[in-house]
Amino acid sequence: MSAVAGNIPSSAAAARLQNWRRGLYRFRQSWLSVVGLAIVVLLLVAAIAGPWLVPYPEHVAGGINTGARFKPPSAQHWFGTNELGQDVLSLVVAGSRVSLLAGLAVVTLAAIVGTVVGAVAGYVGRWVDEALMRFTDLMLTLPSLILAMAVAAALGPGIANMVFAIVLSWWPGFARLVRGEVMARKEEVYVQAARALGASAPRILFRHILPNIVSPIIVKASLDMGFAILTVASLGFVGIGVKPPTPEWGVLLSLARGYLPDYWWTAIFPGCAIFLAVFAFNLLGDGLRDVLDPRARR
Amino acid sequence: MLVVEGVTKIYPGRRGRPDVAALKGVSLTVGRRESVGLVGESGSGKTTLTRCILGLERPTAGRILVDGKDIATLPAAEMQRLRSRVQIVFQDPYASLNPRMTAHDIVAEPMIIHRDTLGLDARRRTDRVAELLDLVGLGAQHLHRYPHEFSGGQRQRIGIARALAVNPELIVLDEPTSALDVSVQAQVLNLLHDLQQRFSLGYLFISHDLGVIRYVCDRVSLIYRGEIVEEGPAEALFAGPRSEYGRMLLGAMPDPDPDRSPFR
Ligand SMILES: Nc1ncnc2c1ncn2[C@@H]1O[C@H](COP(=O)(O)OP(=O)(O)O)[C@@H](O)[C@H]1O
Ligand SMILES: [Mg+2]
Repeated sequence: MSAVAGNIPSSAAAARLQNWRRGLYRFRQSWLSVVGLAIVVLLLVAAIAGPWLVPYPEHVAGGINTGARFKPPSAQHWFGTNELGQDVLSLVVAGSRVSLLAGLAVVTLAAIVGTVVGAVAGYVGRWVDEALMRFTDLMLTLPSLILAMAVAAALGPGIANMVFAIVLSWWPGFARLVRGEVMARKEEVYVQAARALGASAPRILFRHILPNIVSPIIVKASLDMGFAILTVASLGFVGIGVKPPTPEWGVLLSLARGYLPDYWWTAIFPGCAIFLAVFAFNLLGDGLRDVLDPRARR
Repeated sequence: MLVVEGVTKIYPGRRGRPDVAALKGVSLTVGRRESVGLVGESGSGKTTLTRCILGLERPTAGRILVDGKDIATLPAAEMQRLRSRVQIVFQDPYASLNPRMTAHDIVAEPMIIHRDTLGLDARRRTDRVAELLDLVGLGAQHLHRYPHEFSGGQRQRIGIARALAVNPELIVLDEPTSALDVSVQAQVLNLLHDLQQRFSLGYLFISHDLGVIRYVCDRVSLIYRGEIVEEGPAEALFAGPRSEYGRMLLGAMPDPDPDRSPFR
């Protein structure tokens, strides 16, 4: 057994590794997805290590410096300072944590709720499907901004309530996707084979159907991540999401609004951060689609 | 052990189209250790019949009996036991294996589902998977590979190993070689023939090719547009078909040439 040929995987782990290498190769074929991944990694580093990286951590904590208000970008303050004399770079970097966490929470929760609802509807079918999908469509028609306002009015402001409000209008997208995928996979011959063997419904769902639809779910989650961050920023901007002084990109943009165009740097850098995040997660999502969902490859 | 009694299957027509009668009063029997061929052209209802036998589809009329018991009225526990005794090999080896499962997991799955009857723990299951893969001509180095890493012939061998995993008495083979390259068809047929001899399996061997049936089957039924048009011992059919359809099929067959038989 020691003389196993070089490219024959000798264990489950080795087989998985080989598959990963192949996937990675496909990912690297497209340099745009590599750019997306690089920016996402950068954002993650900023979100995790931000407080230790930023030049003026005291400004993140709420400290102000009235002697240095509205300083344009310089060697000392790369992104300039705002109306309170706070370092804009420090605020933007610190803002990545709030935006990414909120976006991740929205997408993860929406994906979980949507997958459960969609899988049950698609697998059970008939009146269960009918009822669940009516409800899903109803939720889909509610505008997320209005829903968020209603939740903020009913439950009060705050990040958790905002996330809850966005998830309420976000999960139906996942439910529709998962329902369609489950209905398609249900007809696959290997699912028929499992049924003929006497496999239980949970076994068929968890072993045969779900593993074959995680790819589209992950791809959608990645593509959605950028839009979720944008939604969080929009709510912060109109003042029903994250509140100042929490440094969140939408909030920073909203505060800078009154000082345009003279003090453009207070708005342009948070705006760029939002754009970059949306852009990067979309590129990453497209790259992941190429890796995980070879059927959709050109 | 398997008796199909006057089975009719009507698919309701969709969007205003007329109903499709895929099976019209089909009857056939497969005895213990017997190999029965079912031959008919594409669309004649062969796959529909296998789906009914496996309980994936309910016949519109008629009964399917296993050891004298109607599978439609069987209690769940007994039906489950029966599912381990009747197995299937599908036509398309590309569609019938879960792309996210390794060869090991695919072949082990029937043993997990029927662990109450088989009583194998994880270790012994893995040993048996290796044994089964060896039996169908695949080495242990294939254990942890995924279906896309195999050729069509190899995939069908995995499908055959899966069908053998729970020591079935009867295997339904739904055109097991028709999706394979001509060059590997004979090898897989040979394997199926050997396995049948070795384990005294009952086969319901479905094909659209009489030549394939000739070497494997004791008895043959011909199905034409959902109806059995001829039934009898294989030799009798080849010696002189009674039905119009049988004559047509035999006429279309190349001359039997022993040198070209897959079982030289
Ligand atoms: N799920 C279905 N719904 C409607 N018609 C079907 C369905 N499955 C099969 N049929 C029809 O039944 C007939 C027999 O099909 P099938 O059993 O697959 O034939 P075979 O396996 O002999 O090629 C065909 O006319 C086919 O179109
Ligand atoms: Mg068929």
